[in-house]
Amino acid sequence: MANLTLVQAINLALIQEMERDDRIIILGEDIGVNGGVFRVTEGLHKRFGEKRVVDTPLAESGILGTAIGLAMAGLRPIPEIQFEGFLAPAYDQICTHAARMRSRTRGALTVPLTVRVPIGGGIHAPELHSDSPEAVYAHQPGIKVVMPSSPYDAKGLLISAIRDPDPVIFFEPKRLYRAFREEVPEDEYTIPLGKARVVAEGDEVTVISWGAPVVQCMTAIEASGKSIELIDLRTIYPIDTQTIVQSVRKTGRAVIVHEAPKNCGLGAEIASRIMEHCFLYLEAPIQRVTGFDMTMPYYKKELEYLPEAERIGKALAEVAAY
Amino acid sequence: MTTMTTRPAALENLATKLPDETLRKWLRDMLLIRELEVRTMQAYQNKLIGGFCHIYIGQEAVAVGTIAAVKPTDPIITAYRDHGHALARGMDPKHCMAEMFGRIDGCAKGKGGSMHMFDKAHHMYGGHGIVGAQCPIALGLAFSVKYHDEVIEEKTSNGVTLCYLGDGALNQGSFHEAMNLAGVFNLPVIYICENNGYAMGTSIARGTTMAHQLTAKADAYGMASASIDGMDVVNVYNQMKPIVDDCRKNSCPAFVEIRTYRYKGHSMSDPRKYRTKEEEQQYEEQDPIEKHAAFLIKEKGFSEADHDAMVKDVRKQVRAAIKWAEASPIPDISELYTDVYADKWGPYTGTSESSMLGDPEK
Repeated sequence: MANLTLVQAINLALIQEMERDDRIIILGEDIGVNGGVFRVTEGLHKRFGEKRVVDTPLAESGILGTAIGLAMAGLRPIPEIQFEGFLAPAYDQICTHAARMRSRTRGALTVPLTVRVPIGGGIHAPELHSDSPEAVYAHQPGIKVVMPSSPYDAKGLLISAIRDPDPVIFFEPKRLYRAFREEVPEDEYTIPLGKARVVAEGDEVTVISWGAPVVQCMTAIEASGKSIELIDLRTIYPIDTQTIVQSVRKTGRAVIVHEAPKNCGLGAEIASRIMEHCFLYLEAPIQRVTGFDMTMPYYKKELEYLPEAERIGKALAEVAAY
Repeated sequence: MTTMTTRPAALENLATKLPDETLRKWLRDMLLIRELEVRTMQAYQNKLIGGFCHIYIGQEAVAVGTIAAVKPTDPIITAYRDHGHALARGMDPKHCMAEMFGRIDGCAKGKGGSMHMFDKAHHMYGGHGIVGAQCPIALGLAFSVKYHDEVIEEKTSNGVTLCYLGDGALNQGSFHEAMNLAGVFNLPVIYICENNGYAMGTSIARGTTMAHQLTAKADAYGMASASIDGMDVVNVYNQMKPIVDDCRKNSCPAFVEIRTYRYKGHSMSDPRKYRTKEEEQQYEEQDPIEKHAAFLIKEKGFSEADHDAMVKDVRKQVRAAIKWAEASPIPDISELYTDVYADKWGPYTGTSESSMLGDPEK
């Protein structure tokens, strides 16, 4: 056991997987010699050499396209895209090729790659460096979307993603990269994709969140003094509907918290699934505490945009009292 | 503008050193592509094929001549005018036809269609629908061959990957990213621009800079290049072979413009208002299939009777392919979720499975 940050947990997972499987190649902008913009790949270039840890030019479509070709030919590439906003130039490759290759070729060619992408706000960066586009990619059949909220989960989920036969977008909340440490086993372990984690048990309200806001939810729940169940989705797609439904049938009340804008956010999909499966159990309208429907504001206004503990606490009180 | 990286025309007639059997097979391959395309157009008009359909007639010498210059295990990838490349690579026309008909025995079990010819056994990596977007994938294919040989097997790598693109793709960002990366990574990938003069309905001069000298695109990336007449399969082979050998030996990329002409429209619904009948006729008069047949008859002891028998045999093969494809079943609706993810009935069917199957209890 070691007390690791989320960055260190991911770094450890990459090292262990690369040692286990020589089909793994990592590639991206400044990920080699420099160790990546957030230093997640620190030391890998020295350890595994330039043939397996490949510095690329600034060309996201080219990076993803190369990774897709590598995966189609039987390797296990792990490209890194520096910020979630830079996924846009690679959107074409992800959604027209990676997501559809298995279906288009009827299983003859597959794309087992894991794209690592820092996501979200809270580090005083401008827009394109602070966005939360997870719903965009969850909407595309053929890809899986993962977002851990703790060092322990990050290691186990990343190993599962790398070994998964389908393309996975692995979003890493920047705000949590070095926010806290946690005991992370040195031995390898996996956390299955598609399974949520019940962070705290309770019977008054269910809170569903993922990524950095999970930490804000914990603060809000503690301050509320109520018995609240907190579910960390961990995998954005496929959504673990069963865990959500079980909890909401018990509490009859639900609050969904995410950083992305409310309009067409994943909260809408989750609320709809709750309606389909828990209608007769509901005691209050479902609330969503989210980012606003706007371009991510610059850092002076960032914390007012993000779903911070205070705003979450207000929603909890309203839903509980309804 | 430097000419240093531009290759001179091949000096040696390498094709004449090949067995007669190989040169005859080139003719048969071109006849097969032409016949399949003619029947494809008929089938499309008879509504046996849906969606869009891009016909390769006129360009046959490009696919056949370039594929003849590489090994059967070298990966190839192309855009959506892809039937010719698939057949030249060895795909059985019945699987090609069944795919276009949307039948379960198609090369992608009727899920891809005309633009998505895939044949893993023949190292044919598709058939891609977004203009130019196949260019970076070719890098990954070339990279994987090199990585597999050098890092996993620890031996010298000598693979080469062919990536076909139309002249319209020269204007796409992904093409330029790929050209730069190919140079930076020293990957043995050859970008083959099939310049048929038109990006859909826009002539190359109206849409592309340096249209009169496309090898300039390669100069910008310090890459070897050549401009080749694609209306003669022997010429295509003779010029391609030394480039292929060079890229293979030195693990380096190249860019090749092959000048050709599509006799038909961009797709089946193209009224071709952007060019004249006279222009079309002018190219049809230099037909690559007739040219190669005449060459075989004149130089290689191929008789008119041999030619007639070959034409007849190809027609028979394509007729049989159509019959076979029509007999192949249409996939059942329950098949639709197969291969969306590796785990067919996992949680990925999400919200839509029960309504699709009409089973509210599921």
